[in-house]
Amino acid sequence: MKIAVCISHVPDTATKINIADNGKEIDPAGVTYIINPYDEFAVEEALTTKETLGDDSEVIAISVGNDKNKETIKKALAMGVDSGVLLKIESQLDSFGIAKALAEEIKAQGCDLVFMGKQSVDFDNQIVGQMTSAILDYSCISVVVDFKLDGQDITCEREIEGGKEVVAAQLPCIITAQKGLNEPRYASLKGIMSAKKKTIEEKSAVETESNTEVIGLKKPPAKNPGRILGTDSSAVHELVRLLREEAKVI
Amino acid sequence: MGNIILVILEQREGKLKKSSFETASVAAKLAKDLNLNVQAVAIGSEISNLDEVAKYGVGNITHFKNDSLANYSSSAYAAIVTEFAKEISADYLIVANTSYGKDLAPRVSVKLNAGCLIDCVKLEVSSGEVIATRPIYAGKALMDAKLKSAVKFFTIRPNVFKPVEESVTAEITTKDVDVPDTSTKVIDFKKAEGKLDVAEADIIVSGGRGLKTPEDFKLIEDLADALGAAVGASRAVVDAGWRPHGEQVGQTGKTVSPSLYIACGISGAIQHLAGMSSAKYIVAINKDKDAPIFGIADYGIVGDVFEIIPKLTEAIKSLN
Ligand SMILES: Cc1cc2nc3c(=O)[nH]c(=O)nc-3n(C[C@H](O)[C@H](O)[C@H](O)COP(=O)(O)OP(=O)(O)OC[C@H]3O[C@@H](n4cnc5c(N)ncnc54)[C@H](O)[C@@H]3O)c2cc1C
Repeated sequence: MKIAVCISHVPDTATKINIADNGKEIDPAGVTYIINPYDEFAVEEALTTKETLGDDSEVIAISVGNDKNKETIKKALAMGVDSGVLLKIESQLDSFGIAKALAEEIKAQGCDLVFMGKQSVDFDNQIVGQMTSAILDYSCISVVVDFKLDGQDITCEREIEGGKEVVAAQLPCIITAQKGLNEPRYASLKGIMSAKKKTIEEKSAVETESNTEVIGLKKPPAKNPGRILGTDSSAVHELVRLLREEAKVI
Repeated sequence: MGNIILVILEQREGKLKKSSFETASVAAKLAKDLNLNVQAVAIGSEISNLDEVAKYGVGNITHFKNDSLANYSSSAYAAIVTEFAKEISADYLIVANTSYGKDLAPRVSVKLNAGCLIDCVKLEVSSGEVIATRPIYAGKALMDAKLKSAVKFFTIRPNVFKPVEESVTAEITTKDVDVPDTSTKVIDFKKAEGKLDVAEADIIVSGGRGLKTPEDFKLIEDLADALGAAVGASRAVVDAGWRPHGEQVGQTGKTVSPSLYIACGISGAIQHLAGMSSAKYIVAINKDKDAPIFGIADYGIVGDVFEIIPKLTEAIKSLN
Protein backbone atom coordinates (compact mmCIF):
# COMPACT_ATOMS: atom_id res chain seq x y z
CA MET A 1 0.00 0.00 0.00
CA LYS A 2 1.08 3.55 -0.61
CA ILE A 3 0.78 5.65 2.51
CA ALA A 4 0.94 9.44 2.31
CA VAL A 5 1.91 11.72 5.12
CA CYS A 6 1.22 15.41 4.60
CA ILE A 7 3.55 17.76 6.41
CA SER A 8 3.79 21.49 6.79
CA HIS A 9 6.62 23.83 7.52
CA VAL A 10 5.68 26.28 10.25
CA PRO A 11 7.19 28.88 12.56
CA ASP A 12 8.51 27.38 15.77
CA THR A 13 5.85 27.91 18.42
CA ALA A 14 8.30 29.72 20.67
CA THR A 15 9.26 32.19 17.95
CA LYS A 16 8.27 35.84 18.05
CA ILE A 17 5.81 36.87 15.39
CA ASN A 18 6.07 40.26 13.67
CA ILE A 19 3.67 41.54 11.08
CA ALA A 20 5.12 42.36 7.67
CA ASP A 21 4.96 45.87 6.20
CA ASN A 22 2.04 44.98 3.95
CA GLY A 23 0.05 44.20 7.10
CA LYS A 24 -1.26 40.97 5.63
CA GLU A 25 1.30 38.36 6.52
CA ILE A 26 4.01 37.76 9.05
CA ASP A 27 7.53 39.00 8.57
CA PRO A 28 9.64 35.87 8.04
CA ALA A 29 12.85 37.64 9.15
CA GLY A 30 14.29 35.99 12.23
CA VAL A 31 11.60 33.33 12.37
CA THR A 32 12.78 29.74 12.89
CA TYR A 33 10.76 27.20 10.95
CA ILE A 34 10.16 23.63 12.00
CA ILE A 35 8.12 20.62 10.96
CA ASN A 36 4.59 21.15 12.29
CA PRO A 37 4.61 19.37 15.67
CA TYR A 38 1.42 17.39 14.98
CA ASP A 39 2.89 16.19 11.70
CA GLU A 40 5.59 14.37 13.62
CA PHE A 41 2.87 12.18 15.13
CA ALA A 42 1.52 11.63 11.62
CA VAL A 43 4.96 10.62 10.30
CA GLU A 44 5.47 8.25 13.21
CA GLU A 45 2.09 6.59 12.70
CA ALA A 46 2.71 6.21 8.97
CA LEU A 47 6.06 4.58 9.66
CA THR A 48 4.77 2.18 12.34
CA THR A 49 1.86 1.24 10.08
CA LYS A 50 4.28 0.39 7.30
CA GLU A 51 6.44 -1.58 9.72
CA THR A 52 3.46 -3.48 11.09
CA LEU A 53 2.24 -4.33 7.60
CA GLY A 54 5.73 -5.63 6.90
CA ASP A 55 5.04 -5.81 3.17
CA ASP A 56 6.27 -3.65 0.31
CA SER A 57 4.27 -0.63 1.50
CA GLU A 58 5.90 2.76 1.08
CA VAL A 59 5.48 6.08 2.80
CA ILE A 60 5.52 9.32 0.82
CA ALA A 61 5.77 12.73 2.45
CA ILE A 62 3.91 15.52 0.67
CA SER A 63 4.34 19.18 1.47
CA VAL A 64 2.81 22.26 -0.12
CA GLY A 65 5.00 25.34 -0.07
CA ASN A 66 8.33 26.53 -1.41
CA ASP A 67 12.00 25.51 -1.41
CA LYS A 68 12.23 26.07 2.33
CA ASN A 69 9.81 23.18 2.92
CA LYS A 70 12.54 20.83 1.74
CA GLU A 71 14.08 21.13 5.18
CA THR A 72 10.92 19.72 6.72
CA ILE A 73 10.60 17.01 4.08
CA LYS A 74 14.22 16.03 4.80
CA LYS A 75 13.36 15.72 8.46
CA ALA A 76 10.61 13.23 7.57
CA LEU A 77 12.97 11.35 5.25
CA ALA A 78 15.50 11.13 8.06
CA MET A 79 12.83 9.65 10.32
CA GLY A 80 12.33 6.90 7.74
CA VAL A 81 9.86 8.13 5.13
CA ASP A 82 10.75 6.67 1.71
CA SER A 83 10.39 9.66 -0.58
CA GLY A 84 9.13 13.22 -0.69
CA VAL A 85 7.06 15.42 -2.94
CA LEU A 86 7.19 19.21 -2.81
CA LEU A 87 4.15 20.87 -4.35
CA LYS A 88 5.33 24.37 -5.16
CA ILE A 89 3.01 27.32 -4.93
CA GLU A 90 3.34 30.87 -6.18
CA SER A 91 1.04 32.56 -3.73
CA GLN A 92 -0.28 31.83 -0.28
CA LEU A 93 -3.20 29.38 -0.43
CA ASP A 94 -6.04 29.10 2.05
CA SER A 95 -6.90 25.76 3.67
CA PHE A 96 -9.12 24.73 0.81
CA GLY A 97 -6.31 25.52 -1.66
CA ILE A 98 -3.89 23.37 0.31
CA ALA A 99 -6.46 20.58 0.57
CA LYS A 100 -7.08 20.71 -3.18
CA ALA A 101 -3.36 20.54 -3.98
CA LEU A 102 -2.87 17.63 -1.58
CA ALA A 103 -5.93 15.79 -2.88
CA GLU A 104 -4.66 15.94 -6.47
CA GLU A 105 -1.32 14.51 -5.46
CA ILE A 106 -2.79 11.83 -3.18
CA LYS A 107 -4.99 10.73 -6.07
CA ALA A 108 -2.13 10.78 -8.56
CA GLN A 109 0.03 8.71 -6.22
CA GLY A 110 -2.81 6.30 -5.46
CA CYS A 111 -2.47 6.53 -1.68
CA ASP A 112 -5.29 4.83 0.20
CA LEU A 113 -4.13 5.77 3.65
CA VAL A 114 -3.15 9.31 4.54
CA PHE A 115 -1.87 10.76 7.79
CA MET A 116 -1.72 14.45 8.65
CA GLY A 117 -1.32 16.49 11.79
CA LYS A 118 -4.68 17.52 13.25
CA GLN A 119 -3.76 21.15 12.70
CA SER A 120 -0.93 23.22 11.45
CA VAL A 121 0.31 25.59 14.13
CA ASP A 122 0.50 28.63 11.85
CA PHE A 123 -3.11 29.29 10.94
CA ASP A 124 -4.44 26.77 13.47
CA ASN A 125 -7.42 25.91 11.30
CA GLN A 126 -7.73 22.19 11.91
CA ILE A 127 -9.62 21.62 8.67
CA VAL A 128 -7.23 20.52 5.92
CA GLY A 129 -7.58 16.78 6.59
CA GLN A 130 -11.36 16.81 6.57
CA MET A 131 -11.41 19.03 3.47
CA THR A 132 -9.02 16.77 1.61
CA SER A 133 -11.20 13.79 2.41
CA ALA A 134 -14.31 15.57 1.22
CA ILE A 135 -12.59 16.40 -2.09
CA LEU A 136 -11.45 12.79 -2.57
CA ASP A 137 -14.54 11.14 -1.09
CA TYR A 138 -12.28 9.32 1.37
CA SER A 139 -13.45 8.72 4.89
CA CYS A 140 -11.69 10.82 7.50
CA ILE A 141 -11.23 10.56 11.25
CA SER A 142 -9.85 13.68 12.91
CA VAL A 143 -8.01 14.33 16.18
CA VAL A 144 -6.96 10.71 16.52
CA VAL A 145 -5.15 9.39 19.61
CA ASP A 146 -5.33 5.68 18.77
CA PHE A 147 -5.20 4.03 15.35
CA LYS A 148 -5.68 0.41 14.32
CA LEU A 149 -5.70 -1.05 10.83
CA ASP A 150 -7.02 -4.51 10.10
CA GLY A 151 -7.20 -5.26 6.39
CA GLN A 152 -9.50 -2.56 5.04
CA ASP A 153 -10.99 -1.77 8.44
CA ILE A 154 -9.88 1.10 10.61
CA THR A 155 -10.74 1.66 14.25
CA CYS A 156 -9.66 4.87 15.92
CA GLU A 157 -10.13 6.77 19.09
CA ARG A 158 -10.62 10.49 18.66
CA GLU A 159 -10.50 13.06 21.38
CA ILE A 160 -13.62 15.13 21.99
CA GLU A 161 -14.96 17.11 24.92
CA GLY A 162 -15.46 14.84 27.91
CA GLY A 163 -13.86 11.71 26.50
CA LYS A 164 -12.96 9.69 23.45
CA GLU A 165 -15.12 8.50 20.60
CA VAL A 166 -14.32 5.12 19.13
CA VAL A 167 -14.83 5.45 15.39
CA ALA A 168 -14.89 2.79 12.69
CA ALA A 169 -14.18 3.48 9.02
CA GLN A 170 -12.69 1.82 5.98
CA LEU A 171 -9.92 2.53 3.55
CA PRO A 172 -9.40 4.81 1.73
CA CYS A 173 -9.11 7.06 4.73
CA ILE A 174 -7.43 10.18 6.09
CA ILE A 175 -6.34 10.26 9.72
CA THR A 176 -5.45 13.51 11.48
CA ALA A 177 -3.07 13.01 14.38
CA GLN A 178 -3.41 14.42 17.87
CA LYS A 179 -0.77 14.41 20.56
CA GLY A 180 -1.01 11.12 22.45
CA LEU A 181 -1.19 9.00 19.29
CA ASN A 182 2.43 7.91 19.67
CA GLU A 183 5.93 9.07 20.59
CA PRO A 184 7.62 10.31 17.42
CA ARG A 185 11.03 8.73 16.90
CA TYR A 186 14.18 10.75 16.58
CA ALA A 187 16.05 10.60 13.32
CA SER A 188 19.05 8.34 13.77
CA LEU A 189 22.40 9.22 12.31
CA LYS A 190 21.90 6.42 9.81
CA GLY A 191 18.49 7.87 8.98
CA ILE A 192 19.98 11.29 8.39
CA MET A 193 22.68 9.82 6.13
CA SER A 194 20.28 7.73 4.10
CA ALA A 195 17.87 10.68 3.75
CA LYS A 196 20.52 12.34 1.60
CA LYS A 197 20.06 9.63 -1.01
CA LYS A 198 16.28 9.79 -1.04
CA THR A 199 14.51 11.84 -3.67
CA ILE A 200 12.31 14.89 -3.27
CA GLU A 201 10.23 15.30 -6.38
CA GLU A 202 9.30 18.91 -7.11
CA LYS A 203 6.29 19.96 -9.08
CA SER A 204 3.84 22.82 -9.29
CA ALA A 205 0.80 22.51 -7.09
CA VAL A 206 -2.63 22.60 -8.65
CA GLU A 207 -3.62 26.09 -7.58
CA THR A 208 -7.18 27.15 -6.96
CA GLU A 209 -8.35 30.65 -6.32
CA SER A 210 -8.60 31.41 -2.63
CA ASN A 211 -12.01 31.85 -1.06
CA THR A 212 -10.52 33.90 1.72
CA GLU A 213 -9.47 37.52 1.50
CA VAL A 214 -7.16 38.60 4.27
CA ILE A 215 -7.91 42.18 5.25
CA GLY A 216 -5.11 42.51 7.72
CA LEU A 217 -3.20 41.07 10.62
CA LYS A 218 -2.79 42.78 13.93
CA LYS A 219 -1.23 42.06 17.27
CA PRO A 220 -3.73 41.17 19.95
CA PRO A 221 -4.42 44.16 22.18
CA ALA A 222 -1.85 44.22 24.97
CA LYS A 223 -3.34 43.26 28.27
CA ASN A 224 -2.97 45.75 31.08
CA PRO A 225 -0.47 44.35 33.49
CA GLY A 226 -2.38 42.69 36.26
CA ARG A 227 -2.27 43.49 39.90
CA ILE A 228 -0.05 41.59 42.29
CA LEU A 229 -2.21 41.34 45.36
CA GLY A 230 0.44 40.13 47.75
CA THR A 231 3.17 37.68 48.46
CA ASP A 232 1.53 35.32 50.92
CA SER A 233 -1.80 33.91 51.96
CA SER A 234 -2.91 37.21 53.43
CA ALA A 235 -3.71 38.21 49.83
CA VAL A 236 -6.31 35.47 49.51
CA HIS A 237 -9.04 37.53 51.10
CA GLU A 238 -8.49 40.40 48.66
CA LEU A 239 -8.42 37.99 45.74
CA VAL A 240 -11.77 36.49 46.68
CA ARG A 241 -13.25 39.95 47.12
CA LEU A 242 -12.05 41.10 43.69
CA LEU A 243 -13.27 37.95 41.97
CA ARG A 244 -16.63 38.45 43.57
CA GLU A 245 -17.13 42.20 43.40
CA GLU A 246 -14.97 43.45 40.55
CA ALA A 247 -14.76 40.53 38.13
CA LYS A 248 -18.08 39.05 39.26
CA VAL A 249 -16.98 35.58 38.21
CA ILE A 250 -17.61 33.66 41.43
CA MET B 1 -29.80 32.72 -3.15
CA GLY B 2 -32.19 31.83 -0.35
CA ASN B 3 -31.27 34.80 1.87
CA ILE B 4 -30.75 32.40 4.72
CA ILE B 5 -28.31 31.99 7.57
CA LEU B 6 -28.28 28.40 8.75
CA VAL B 7 -27.21 27.62 12.30
CA ILE B 8 -25.99 24.08 12.85
CA LEU B 9 -26.89 23.00 16.36
CA GLU B 10 -24.99 20.45 18.39
CA GLN B 11 -26.61 17.91 20.66
CA ARG B 12 -25.00 15.34 22.85
CA GLU B 13 -26.97 12.63 24.59
CA GLY B 14 -30.17 14.22 23.35
CA LYS B 15 -29.51 17.69 24.69
CA LEU B 16 -28.36 20.83 22.90
CA LYS B 17 -25.07 22.16 24.12
CA LYS B 18 -24.64 25.66 25.48
CA SER B 19 -22.48 26.63 22.52
CA SER B 20 -25.51 26.05 20.28
CA PHE B 21 -27.31 28.93 21.97
CA GLU B 22 -24.30 31.19 21.54
CA THR B 23 -24.21 30.29 17.86
CA ALA B 24 -27.94 30.86 17.46
CA SER B 25 -27.62 34.25 19.07
CA VAL B 26 -24.71 35.28 16.83
CA ALA B 27 -26.61 34.11 13.76
CA ALA B 28 -29.77 35.97 14.78
CA LYS B 29 -27.75 39.17 15.12
CA LEU B 30 -26.01 38.66 11.75
CA ALA B 31 -29.36 37.96 10.12
CA LYS B 32 -30.61 41.30 11.36
CA ASP B 33 -27.54 43.18 10.20
CA LEU B 34 -27.55 41.50 6.80
CA ASN B 35 -31.31 41.52 6.43
CA LEU B 36 -31.54 37.75 6.03
CA ASN B 37 -33.67 35.01 7.56
CA VAL B 38 -32.24 32.65 10.09
CA GLN B 39 -32.93 28.93 10.52
CA ALA B 40 -31.46 26.17 12.61
CA VAL B 41 -30.85 22.52 11.93
CA ALA B 42 -30.18 19.69 14.37
CA ILE B 43 -29.53 16.01 13.82
CA GLY B 44 -30.12 13.23 16.30
CA SER B 45 -32.65 11.02 17.98
CA GLU B 46 -34.87 12.72 20.62
CA ILE B 47 -33.57 16.22 21.50
CA SER B 48 -35.18 17.42 24.69
CA ASN B 49 -34.43 21.15 24.66
CA LEU B 50 -34.63 22.00 20.97
CA ASP B 51 -37.21 24.73 21.51
CA GLU B 52 -34.77 26.64 23.74
CA VAL B 53 -33.05 27.92 20.60
CA ALA B 54 -36.05 30.17 20.07
CA LYS B 55 -35.07 32.08 23.21
CA TYR B 56 -32.06 33.33 21.32
CA GLY B 57 -33.83 34.60 18.25
CA VAL B 58 -34.01 31.50 16.05
CA GLY B 59 -37.50 30.08 15.74
CA ASN B 60 -37.36 28.07 12.54
CA ILE B 61 -35.80 24.76 13.55
CA THR B 62 -35.50 21.58 11.50
CA HIS B 63 -34.75 18.35 13.28
CA PHE B 64 -33.50 15.42 11.17
CA LYS B 65 -34.38 12.44 13.23
CA ASN B 66 -33.24 8.86 13.29
CA ASP B 67 -32.40 6.75 16.32
CA SER B 68 -29.19 5.58 14.75
CA LEU B 69 -28.09 9.21 14.39
CA ALA B 70 -28.10 9.79 18.15
CA ASN B 71 -24.30 9.97 18.05
CA TYR B 72 -22.31 12.10 15.65
CA SER B 73 -21.26 10.34 12.51
CA SER B 74 -19.12 12.57 10.30
CA SER B 75 -20.19 11.07 7.00
CA ALA B 76 -23.92 10.95 7.73
CA TYR B 77 -24.14 14.32 9.45
CA ALA B 78 -22.11 16.05 6.72
CA ALA B 79 -24.36 14.58 4.03
CA ILE B 80 -27.56 15.66 5.80
CA VAL B 81 -26.39 19.21 6.49
CA THR B 82 -25.09 19.58 2.92
CA GLU B 83 -28.36 18.39 1.41
CA PHE B 84 -30.41 20.66 3.63
CA ALA B 85 -28.23 23.72 3.01
CA LYS B 86 -28.64 23.13 -0.72
CA GLU B 87 -32.38 22.64 -0.42
CA ILE B 88 -32.92 25.95 1.36
CA SER B 89 -30.10 27.69 -0.57
CA ALA B 90 -28.36 28.82 2.58
CA ASP B 91 -26.03 31.77 2.02
CA TYR B 92 -24.28 31.49 5.36
CA LEU B 93 -23.64 28.57 7.67
CA ILE B 94 -22.48 28.90 11.21
CA VAL B 95 -21.51 26.38 13.86
CA ALA B 96 -19.61 26.46 17.16
CA ASN B 97 -15.92 25.62 16.95
CA THR B 98 -16.21 22.56 19.18
CA SER B 99 -14.91 19.07 18.28
CA TYR B 100 -18.19 18.64 16.46
CA GLY B 101 -18.10 21.92 14.55
CA LYS B 102 -14.43 21.60 13.71
CA ASP B 103 -14.96 18.16 12.25
CA LEU B 104 -18.16 18.92 10.38
CA ALA B 105 -17.61 22.41 8.95
CA PRO B 106 -14.73 21.63 6.56
CA ARG B 107 -16.54 18.59 5.12
CA VAL B 108 -19.72 20.52 4.43
CA SER B 109 -17.91 23.58 3.14
CA VAL B 110 -16.12 21.55 0.46
CA LYS B 111 -19.38 20.01 -0.72
CA LEU B 112 -21.01 23.46 -0.90
CA ASN B 113 -17.98 25.21 -2.43
CA ALA B 114 -18.12 27.47 0.57
CA GLY B 115 -15.17 29.36 1.97
CA CYS B 116 -14.64 28.72 5.60
CA LEU B 117 -13.28 30.86 8.43
CA ILE B 118 -12.55 28.96 11.60
CA ASP B 119 -12.53 29.81 15.29
CA CYS B 120 -13.81 33.36 14.88
CA VAL B 121 -13.79 35.52 17.99
CA LYS B 122 -15.56 38.44 16.35
CA LEU B 123 -18.00 38.71 13.43
CA GLU B 124 -18.98 42.12 12.23
CA VAL B 125 -21.01 43.37 9.33
CA SER B 126 -19.46 46.19 7.35
CA SER B 127 -20.99 47.41 4.06
CA GLY B 128 -23.05 44.26 3.78
CA GLU B 129 -20.10 41.91 4.28
CA VAL B 130 -19.12 39.82 7.25
CA ILE B 131 -15.65 40.59 8.58
CA ALA B 132 -14.32 37.84 10.81
CA THR B 133 -11.53 38.13 13.33
CA ARG B 134 -9.65 35.01 14.30
CA PRO B 135 -6.51 34.24 16.28
CA ILE B 136 -3.60 32.74 14.35
CA TYR B 137 -0.08 31.68 15.28
CA ALA B 138 -1.32 30.41 18.63
CA GLY B 139 -2.95 33.74 19.41
CA LYS B 140 0.19 35.77 18.71
CA ALA B 141 -1.67 37.61 15.95
CA LEU B 142 -5.25 38.29 14.96
CA MET B 143 -6.41 38.05 11.38
CA ASP B 144 -9.28 40.03 9.92
CA ALA B 145 -10.65 38.31 6.85
CA LYS B 146 -13.71 37.93 4.68
CA LEU B 147 -14.97 35.26 2.36
CA LYS B 148 -15.37 35.71 -1.38
CA SER B 149 -17.31 32.53 -2.11
CA ALA B 150 -21.08 32.59 -2.73
CA VAL B 151 -21.73 30.38 0.30
CA LYS B 152 -19.88 31.34 3.45
CA PHE B 153 -19.14 29.25 6.49
CA PHE B 154 -17.99 30.51 9.90
CA THR B 155 -17.19 28.61 13.06
CA ILE B 156 -17.16 30.58 16.29
CA ARG B 157 -15.08 30.02 19.40
CA PRO B 158 -17.22 28.77 22.29
CA ASN B 159 -17.63 30.98 25.38
CA VAL B 160 -16.61 34.15 23.58
CA PHE B 161 -19.98 35.39 22.32
CA LYS B 162 -22.53 35.92 25.06
CA PRO B 163 -25.94 34.60 24.06
CA VAL B 164 -28.47 37.43 24.05
CA GLU B 165 -32.01 36.49 24.99
CA GLU B 166 -34.54 37.49 22.39
CA SER B 167 -37.51 35.17 22.41
CA VAL B 168 -39.29 34.22 19.23
CA THR B 169 -41.81 31.43 18.65
CA ALA B 170 -40.31 28.00 18.13
CA GLU B 171 -41.52 26.20 15.02
CA ILE B 172 -39.91 22.79 14.97
CA THR B 173 -40.17 20.63 11.88
CA THR B 174 -39.19 17.04 12.52
CA LYS B 175 -38.11 15.05 9.50
CA ASP B 176 -37.43 11.34 9.64
CA VAL B 177 -34.32 10.60 7.61
CA ASP B 178 -32.53 7.53 6.44
CA VAL B 179 -28.88 7.39 7.39
CA PRO B 180 -27.36 8.51 4.11
CA ASP B 181 -23.74 7.49 4.44
CA THR B 182 -22.44 5.12 7.04
CA SER B 183 -18.83 4.98 5.96
CA THR B 184 -17.74 6.43 9.31
CA LYS B 185 -19.46 5.29 12.47
CA VAL B 186 -19.04 6.06 16.14
CA ILE B 187 -19.19 2.66 17.85
CA ASP B 188 -18.41 3.63 21.41
CA PHE B 189 -17.76 6.57 23.72
CA LYS B 190 -15.23 6.39 26.52
CA LYS B 191 -16.06 8.99 29.10
CA ALA B 192 -13.06 10.71 30.69
CA GLU B 193 -12.76 10.31 34.43
CA GLY B 194 -12.81 14.09 35.04
CA LYS B 195 -16.22 15.44 35.83
CA LEU B 196 -16.15 18.54 33.71
CA ASP B 197 -14.21 19.09 30.49
CA VAL B 198 -11.92 22.12 30.40
CA ALA B 199 -13.21 23.02 26.95
CA GLU B 200 -16.70 23.49 28.32
CA ALA B 201 -16.10 24.79 31.82
CA ASP B 202 -16.86 28.30 32.95
CA ILE B 203 -14.14 28.19 35.59
CA ILE B 204 -10.88 26.27 35.31
CA VAL B 205 -8.29 25.62 38.00
CA SER B 206 -5.06 24.54 36.33
CA GLY B 207 -1.93 23.12 37.86
CA GLY B 208 1.62 22.93 36.60
CA ARG B 209 4.97 21.63 37.65
CA GLY B 210 4.88 23.89 40.70
CA LEU B 211 2.72 21.18 42.28
CA LYS B 212 5.56 18.90 43.20
CA THR B 213 3.91 15.49 42.79
CA PRO B 214 0.80 13.99 41.18
CA GLU B 215 -0.71 13.53 44.65
CA ASP B 216 -0.45 17.26 45.25
CA PHE B 217 -3.03 17.79 42.52
CA LYS B 218 -5.51 17.03 45.29
CA LEU B 219 -5.07 20.72 46.16
CA ILE B 220 -6.16 21.69 42.66
CA GLU B 221 -9.07 19.24 42.73
CA ASP B 222 -10.32 20.57 46.05
CA LEU B 223 -10.24 24.16 44.85
CA ALA B 224 -11.96 23.13 41.62
CA ASP B 225 -14.64 21.32 43.61
CA ALA B 226 -15.26 24.34 45.78
CA LEU B 227 -15.68 26.50 42.68
CA GLY B 228 -17.57 23.97 40.56
CA ALA B 229 -14.66 24.23 38.16
CA ALA B 230 -12.85 21.86 35.81
CA VAL B 231 -9.28 20.76 36.45
CA GLY B 232 -6.72 21.78 33.84
CA ALA B 233 -3.03 21.04 33.50
CA SER B 234 0.11 22.25 31.79
CA ARG B 235 1.88 20.04 29.32
CA ALA B 236 4.77 19.50 31.70
CA VAL B 237 2.55 17.59 34.12
CA VAL B 238 0.68 15.75 31.37
CA ASP B 239 3.95 14.62 29.81
CA ALA B 240 5.10 13.51 33.25
CA GLY B 241 2.03 11.30 33.41
CA TRP B 242 0.51 13.11 36.39
CA ARG B 243 -2.65 14.09 34.57
CA PRO B 244 -4.56 12.81 31.51
CA HIS B 245 -4.04 14.56 28.19
CA GLY B 246 -7.70 15.54 28.08
CA GLU B 247 -6.94 18.10 30.79
CA GLN B 248 -4.05 19.75 28.97
CA VAL B 249 -4.53 23.39 28.11
CA GLY B 250 -2.46 24.99 25.41
CA GLN B 251 -1.27 24.65 21.91
CA THR B 252 -1.07 20.86 21.95
CA GLY B 253 -3.99 20.58 24.34
CA LYS B 254 -7.28 22.40 24.42
CA THR B 255 -8.11 26.01 23.73
CA VAL B 256 -10.34 27.38 26.45
CA SER B 257 -12.17 30.66 27.06
CA PRO B 258 -13.62 30.36 30.55
CA SER B 259 -14.79 33.33 32.62
CA LEU B 260 -12.11 32.53 35.16
CA TYR B 261 -8.80 30.70 34.78
CA ILE B 262 -6.69 30.10 37.87
CA ALA B 263 -3.12 29.07 37.02
CA CYS B 264 -1.27 27.47 39.92
CA GLY B 265 2.43 26.74 39.66
CA ILE B 266 2.36 27.30 35.91
CA SER B 267 5.13 29.41 34.40
CA GLY B 268 3.10 30.68 31.45
CA ALA B 269 5.08 29.41 28.48
CA ILE B 270 3.85 30.82 25.18
CA GLN B 271 2.36 27.43 24.21
CA HIS B 272 0.34 27.38 27.41
CA LEU B 273 -0.84 30.97 26.92
CA ALA B 274 -1.99 30.00 23.42
CA GLY B 275 -4.70 27.87 24.96
CA MET B 276 -6.02 30.18 27.66
CA SER B 277 -5.21 33.81 26.96
CA SER B 278 -8.77 34.51 25.86
CA ALA B 279 -10.10 33.68 29.34
CA LYS B 280 -12.00 36.67 30.67
CA TYR B 281 -10.21 36.75 34.03
CA ILE B 282 -6.88 35.14 34.79
CA VAL B 283 -5.48 34.55 38.25
CA ALA B 284 -1.87 33.42 38.71
CA ILE B 285 -0.35 31.89 41.78
CA ASN B 286 3.37 31.39 41.39
CA LYS B 287 6.35 31.80 43.67
CA ASP B 288 8.47 33.40 40.94
CA LYS B 289 7.49 37.04 40.56
CA ASP B 290 9.05 37.09 37.08
CA ALA B 291 7.04 34.15 35.75
CA PRO B 292 5.51 35.15 32.38
CA ILE B 293 2.05 34.09 33.56
CA PHE B 294 1.91 37.32 35.60
CA GLY B 295 2.19 39.23 32.32
CA ILE B 296 -1.33 38.23 31.35
CA ALA B 297 -2.90 37.67 34.75
CA ASP B 298 -5.51 40.11 36.03
CA TYR B 299 -4.76 39.20 39.61
CA GLY B 300 -1.63 37.56 40.92
CA ILE B 301 -0.32 36.25 44.17
CA VAL B 302 3.43 35.75 44.37
CA GLY B 303 3.65 32.85 46.73
CA ASP B 304 3.78 29.18 47.45
CA VAL B 305 0.91 27.12 46.01
CA PHE B 306 1.03 24.80 49.01
CA GLU B 307 0.28 27.70 51.30
CA ILE B 308 -2.09 29.75 49.12
CA ILE B 309 -4.36 27.15 47.53
CA PRO B 310 -5.71 25.59 50.75
CA LYS B 311 -6.46 29.07 52.09
CA LEU B 312 -8.20 30.01 48.87
CA THR B 313 -10.27 26.81 48.92
CA GLU B 314 -11.28 27.54 52.48
CA ALA B 315 -12.25 31.13 51.64
CA ILE B 316 -14.36 29.99 48.67
CA LYS B 317 -16.08 27.34 50.75
CA SER B 318 -16.96 29.86 53.41
CA LEU B 319 -18.63 32.01 50.73
CA ASN B 320 -21.04 29.27 49.79
C1 LIG C 1 5.44 22.43 20.26
C2 LIG C 1 5.17 22.65 21.71
C3 LIG C 1 3.87 22.58 22.15
C4 LIG C 1 3.58 22.78 23.51
N1 LIG C 1 2.28 22.72 23.91
C5 LIG C 1 1.98 22.99 25.20
C6 LIG C 1 0.62 22.97 25.67
O1 LIG C 1 -0.33 22.65 24.94
N2 LIG C 1 0.38 23.28 26.94
C7 LIG C 1 1.38 23.60 27.82
O2 LIG C 1 1.07 23.89 28.99
N3 LIG C 1 2.65 23.59 27.41
C8 LIG C 1 2.98 23.29 26.14
N4 LIG C 1 4.29 23.24 25.77
C9 LIG C 1 5.32 23.26 26.82
C10 LIG C 1 5.65 24.63 27.34
O3 LIG C 1 6.67 25.18 26.56
C11 LIG C 1 6.14 24.52 28.81
O4 LIG C 1 7.23 23.64 28.88
C12 LIG C 1 5.09 24.06 29.81
O5 LIG C 1 3.90 24.79 29.65
C13 LIG C 1 5.61 24.24 31.21
O6 LIG C 1 4.72 23.74 32.16
P1 LIG C 1 4.69 24.32 33.63
O7 LIG C 1 4.36 25.76 33.59
O8 LIG C 1 3.82 23.44 34.43
O9 LIG C 1 6.16 24.03 34.14
P2 LIG C 1 7.38 25.03 34.40
O10 LIG C 1 7.67 25.85 33.23
O11 LIG C 1 8.46 24.19 34.97
O12 LIG C 1 6.84 26.00 35.51
C14 LIG C 1 6.58 25.65 36.83
C15 LIG C 1 6.24 26.94 37.55
O13 LIG C 1 5.87 26.63 38.86
C16 LIG C 1 6.42 27.62 39.74
N5 LIG C 1 6.54 26.98 41.06
C17 LIG C 1 7.36 26.00 41.44
N6 LIG C 1 7.13 25.66 42.72
C18 LIG C 1 6.14 26.45 43.17
C19 LIG C 1 5.46 26.60 44.41
N7 LIG C 1 5.74 25.81 45.44
N8 LIG C 1 4.50 27.52 44.49
C20 LIG C 1 4.19 28.32 43.45
N9 LIG C 1 4.79 28.23 42.25
C21 LIG C 1 5.76 27.31 42.11
C22 LIG C 1 7.72 28.00 39.12
O14 LIG C 1 8.08 29.30 39.53
C23 LIG C 1 7.41 27.94 37.64
O15 LIG C 1 6.98 29.18 37.15
C24 LIG C 1 4.61 23.05 24.43
C25 LIG C 1 5.92 23.12 23.97
C26 LIG C 1 6.21 22.92 22.64
C27 LIG C 1 7.64 23.03 22.17
